[in-house]
Amino acid sequence: MTTPAAAPHPAPGSAVDLVDVRKTYEGRAVLAGASLTVRAGETMVILGPSGTGKSVLLRHINGLTKPDEGQVFVFGQDVVPLSEEEMAPVRLRVSMLFQGGALFDSMNVFDNVAFPMREHTPMNPSEIKKRVAEKLSLVGLPGTQKKMPAELSGGMRKRVALARSIALDPEIILFDEPTTGLDPLNSEKINELIHDLNQRMKATFIVVTHDIVSARAIADRVAFLHGGIFEFVGSFDEAAHGAHPILSDFFRSQGFPAGTEAAAIASAAVRALEKGDPS
Amino acid sequence: MAAPSETTVFYRNLRWLRFVDGFGRRGSGALDYLGGIAEMTGQVFGGLFRKPLYRQEILHQMDENGVKSLGITNVTALFTGMVLALQTAYSLAAFGGKLFIGRVVSLSLVRELGPVLTALMVGGRVGAGITAELGSMTVTEQVDAMRAMAVSPIKRLVTPRFIAVVVMLPILTALADLLGILGGLLIAVYELSISASFYFNSIWNQLRISDISSGLGKSFFFAMEIALIGCYNGLTVKGGATSVGIATTRTVVAASISILISDFFLTKLFLAL
Repeated sequence: MTTPAAAPHPAPGSAVDLVDVRKTYEGRAVLAGASLTVRAGETMVILGPSGTGKSVLLRHINGLTKPDEGQVFVFGQDVVPLSEEEMAPVRLRVSMLFQGGALFDSMNVFDNVAFPMREHTPMNPSEIKKRVAEKLSLVGLPGTQKKMPAELSGGMRKRVALARSIALDPEIILFDEPTTGLDPLNSEKINELIHDLNQRMKATFIVVTHDIVSARAIADRVAFLHGGIFEFVGSFDEAAHGAHPILSDFFRSQGFPAGTEAAAIASAAVRALEKGDPS
Repeated sequence: MAAPSETTVFYRNLRWLRFVDGFGRRGSGALDYLGGIAEMTGQVFGGLFRKPLYRQEILHQMDENGVKSLGITNVTALFTGMVLALQTAYSLAAFGGKLFIGRVVSLSLVRELGPVLTALMVGGRVGAGITAELGSMTVTEQVDAMRAMAVSPIKRLVTPRFIAVVVMLPILTALADLLGILGGLLIAVYELSISASFYFNSIWNQLRISDISSGLGKSFFFAMEIALIGCYNGLTVKGGATSVGIATTRTVVAASISILISDFFLTKLFLAL
């Protein structure tokens, strides 16, 4: 097989470079040669219908899942052959916000946010206390240190998880469906928060979502994952008005590019109602 | 009756093949399971003394899995001792069984019933608890979150539980031996009118250090089985709440069976030593 004018990998200036990643689960090819370059400092939104392997793709970047084939470069280093222990230095620079937040439910909010600091830094308790308070106010939840995760709403849990994932000032943050299961108001709050953080931290954000409203709010570029490969990579406007047939179907299903604010808000409201999630 | 058609025969053979295939698959599943446990055991021992040690977590697990099991193991031992005394007196009555009560109760408790019954009780209570906790952490991605934060779930979750159970089970067993002997004493004194000093004397003359050490030695191995099975089943849960329930049940069954089977081999081993 010949690859026409093979680009060098890892691509220069990239934070994450996925090269021909393949992953099969129980005979189904979830990723069938997905390649994507994410530039340092940008917010890349990976769009696609549910169940197309977006989350699986994200888990390849911090090595939670290993591909059957392909290379995953993070900061220019191929992380595929790394063992769990060798992965540690990479994981300290790449944090992840899980779909349900994945807060430790045996610990209160303070201990959750302090967890990475206690594990990986020599900070003393008063420094940790200060840093936790700072991170919590950054996500708009000051003074919630004593609460247990079970006492928080879905949106608050995600924000605490966000505080935990920025605890060590990572250079890349992976977001797994940050607005799924939230009502439109809370979704908007999370979108604003991600946008603000991006302005503030100058980190690379990779966001997996099927929520187009969210994508428009935060994306520098969007990539469309379909059938295990990236069918489209470009700006949001190109995606919304592009000629890609499946992608425009996907946009139309969420009220785009009829483009009016009202259509988008209405469709978001309908989706939230259908889910019946009160958070 | 007409001979079965070719199609019928074909399907009948197919069913047999499926049946055999099912066995094969289950067999390889069992091998995978044992392999997985062996791999995890290696990881636990490999990192046992490497930092961080999580002392606080170990103490917490000792309390949770050891101290809080005292009630159930002590009641079990006390009543087992009492029953043993009654049964011995009854079944050995023709041979003057009363005189042997101290010896029989203490020997069977210290060598066999103390370690095994305590392990079974702890296996049910603690093993199931560990699987349920780690299992629900697994299905809610808390274990993945830990890995994503560059913290090893083996070091942070498995090792403290392993150390706690391995330290606490022999202690629980020693207490159970003691309480069982006291249970026997109660029956000896109040039901069979044997004097306490005679009861204790016969124990003192009979019981040797090797009896005690073989019993406690067994409980050490039982503890490893309970902790490793409990942790492994918890960390390998796939799916949702239902799978956590299934895994928990599986832990109780697997821990009990492995305790009873290994008890036989350990008994042979300690007798040979």
